[in-house]
Amino acid sequence: MNILTYPSKLRGFEKHIKIENVSRRSILKSLGLAGGFVLAAPVMTRTAFAYETGASQMPHGTVVNPRVFVSIAPDGIVTIVAHRAEMGTGVRTSLPMIVAEELEADWKRVRVQQAHGDEVTFGNQDTDGSRSTRHYLIPMRQIGASARTMLEQAAAKRWGVPAAEVKAVNHEVVHSASGRKLGFGELAADAAKQPVPSVEGLKLKDSKDFRYLGKGEIGIVDLHDITTGAARYGADVRLPSMKYAVIARPPVTGGKVVSFEGSEAMKVSGVEKVIEVKGWPWPSKFQPLGGVAVIARNTGAAIKGRDALKIRWDDGPNAKYDSVAYRAELEAAARKPGLVVRKEGDVEAALKGADKVIVGEYYLPHLAHVAMEPPAAVADVKGDKAEIWAPVQSPGGTREDVAKTLGIPQENVTVNVTLLGGGFGRKSKCDFALEAALLSKELGAPVKVQWTREDDIRNGFLHTVSVERIEAGLDKSGKVIAWRHRSVAPSIASTFAAQTVHQAPFELGMGLVDMPFEIANVQCENPEAAAHTRIGWFRSVSNIPRAFAVQSMVAEIAQATNRDQKDMLLELIGPPRILNLTSVKDLWNYGEPYGSYPIDTGRLRKVVELVADKGGWGRSVPKGHGLGIAAHRSFVSYIATIVEVAVDEKGKLTVPRVDTAIDCGTYVNPERIQSQIEGTAIMGLSLAKHGAITFKDGKVQQGNYDDFPVIRIDESPGVTNVYIVPAGPDTPPSGVGEPGVPPFAPALTNAIFAATGKRIRALPIGKQLEA
Amino acid sequence: MIMIKVKINGQEQDWDGDPELPLLWFIRDEVGLTGTKFGCGHALCGSCTVIVDKQAARACITSVSDVRGREVTTIEGLHPTGDHPVQKAWRQLNVPQCGFCQTGQIMQAAALLMDNPKPSHDQIRESLSGNICRCGCYQRIENAVHLASTGV
Repeated sequence: MNILTYPSKLRGFEKHIKIENVSRRSILKSLGLAGGFVLAAPVMTRTAFAYETGASQMPHGTVVNPRVFVSIAPDGIVTIVAHRAEMGTGVRTSLPMIVAEELEADWKRVRVQQAHGDEVTFGNQDTDGSRSTRHYLIPMRQIGASARTMLEQAAAKRWGVPAAEVKAVNHEVVHSASGRKLGFGELAADAAKQPVPSVEGLKLKDSKDFRYLGKGEIGIVDLHDITTGAARYGADVRLPSMKYAVIARPPVTGGKVVSFEGSEAMKVSGVEKVIEVKGWPWPSKFQPLGGVAVIARNTGAAIKGRDALKIRWDDGPNAKYDSVAYRAELEAAARKPGLVVRKEGDVEAALKGADKVIVGEYYLPHLAHVAMEPPAAVADVKGDKAEIWAPVQSPGGTREDVAKTLGIPQENVTVNVTLLGGGFGRKSKCDFALEAALLSKELGAPVKVQWTREDDIRNGFLHTVSVERIEAGLDKSGKVIAWRHRSVAPSIASTFAAQTVHQAPFELGMGLVDMPFEIANVQCENPEAAAHTRIGWFRSVSNIPRAFAVQSMVAEIAQATNRDQKDMLLELIGPPRILNLTSVKDLWNYGEPYGSYPIDTGRLRKVVELVADKGGWGRSVPKGHGLGIAAHRSFVSYIATIVEVAVDEKGKLTVPRVDTAIDCGTYVNPERIQSQIEGTAIMGLSLAKHGAITFKDGKVQQGNYDDFPVIRIDESPGVTNVYIVPAGPDTPPSGVGEPGVPPFAPALTNAIFAATGKRIRALPIGKQLEA
Repeated sequence: MIMIKVKINGQEQDWDGDPELPLLWFIRDEVGLTGTKFGCGHALCGSCTVIVDKQAARACITSVSDVRGREVTTIEGLHPTGDHPVQKAWRQLNVPQCGFCQTGQIMQAAALLMDNPKPSHDQIRESLSGNICRCGCYQRIENAVHLASTGV
């Protein structure tokens, strides 16, 4: 089927289709220019930053307007708008900090104001894909520089001197010839009357004059509130006469209510009402699943009331979904040829003629995001107006979807973005806000919908389930001459179009077709797989199974040829070069133009060498310990990780040390990069050691942190060290939030092999080491 | 209904509803203090940790009737200006990412230090093993508790 012919209003999906086209055009353009890969002509000509990004291809593109993002009060307080959602990456601090840098504002006199969902005003607000810094470094600098220029012009005018003679320095404008100074607050009213300067004429600061960028000395703006309980997340919003709701949703994706009995629920103290909630047929996109809502005076009463409901469900088309059987289906598919998505040389012949063929089949089950804050939203719908408070990664998309769902104009919908208690891709979908909107409309009162942890795990948008099968052919000397990689997994596109059986280009582009090794014969294939539950984006997405498979295979080849893992990895990466993947039809490249963000094996080599050096690769470790290494490019960043494990005689696994090197280009806030990488080690360890969502009779078998465990502090690594590659002056910024996850699991399992001789090919590790 | 009296952050609160209502929902929805978070509902994650008479407790499995006549401290009542040594150490080391679980972590750490002012790293890990942080701030949490115990 052609996924392009399917629904039109599928925001997350639609944007990827757009990006793929752009990405492909960029590659062709680059090829056409010089017969090789050259930097594409930049749209924003800046002396220090000459690169193009995919920002303009996102829905509503980018808005560069200081009048929208900056305001200055007469007392000098500068307010900067944060238009992306804060879910723990530090973006609510980092983006305003970029504006403050160029504005010459004193950070102590800066306040941050969260934008509501309005992409016409603010530009794209989808906080996903590790994009915020890479798309907004330049626009935020331009906004700050524009506002600074307006302040300087206002001062020059007041003093009657040429603008070139005045300069903004630390919250005031000075005329050094006369020694005169005016504070930003004193100039604010006049500055606002100045025209917004054209982007082309702006003078950006020299990076050697930076006070904040690249320093990592500023704490996040919400730090104090977080430590005192004053920070406000979705569920913390309280409105007068607000009702509390929980919803019993279909236990099988695509199921619906046949009938229900609410009289026992109504007997629970505090319960006020039991009503059916509208659901959308499978596949329901981001729309609510439907079910039965219990309305109460507090959340506890609503939960107790829900427990007393009696509901008869029609389980629908996915009632037979069974993870054991499905795994066998995926494995069978991976052993047969599939749709060819990359082809160089003749892999079939090369495998036949190989001296040795190593086969690895790697399995990764569904995963749930389990952000600490389960989904929650408040809605107040009055007539044809709606106001929403919600922890959403896509405030603009939420506004569009609320308007559509209620059948009211978008201008009548206000989406207030709270802090997100973790997102990881789950809160890119606004289904929970739509539920609140529908209930508020029906009840004629403000409503808070609270998801329980069980709801989160059983009714979410799970990470896909996959089998990755790699066959590597070696010649007599041990050189890899053939590489066939088959990837089988239900696609995120299935959430929009049920008949989808192939992965979309944005999924294939996450570690499959962009595999960077220098091998003469390469073939990547994508056999068919149909989805039986909602599949969604999960932090780093398809890179998780791909890096696990590819980086495990590197170690398996090293073992078979008696070589060091790191040496093997560097040999496969080959010499520093820019890849030219002409056989890949739709190279996604994370939505970025290939000219600015090519696959550069030199940068991949560098992170491997850096982590090997700093992380002490090859050091001697105690008995029962082992070291493993893995490297991966994702979200246009390069990252390599070394994990040290210890496995005791009973098979108990601990991680004494983790070392990670990241090259994310030009960076803004190294302190938050470090915290992200520390965190991705925990998430990587969680999924590798424990992570598995399984289905039986169409229903998720897990429900809370007891049967879907994540790493706790007593299992966490002894120490996690992070090394950030210093960026060259023209290196575009790249992703940070997600790239740390993919290399962790293979570095861990490679270390387990080094320690025990046991090769883990199916995650999670679970009890495999005890056997 | 019987009236239950509970002292929360030094203030007397009355409850004449379901005595089995989890303390978490009483604190959040009825009293209106939202620093205590809901993460799991079954004492598995520690996001709802409060201090009841000097001991850490999970408010999601503690009923209002369980704390009848007792003193409950939530994050809002830990220190009048938010400058408890644990809170200060947390800020000094930039511990949080999303921040959602942090109030529970801080309350657990504060309870630990009341009981054991100089915990070892192993004791810190053991005491905080009931508090999940999905962002994975554990390295900093451990270091911050240690810092708080040595003076900030």
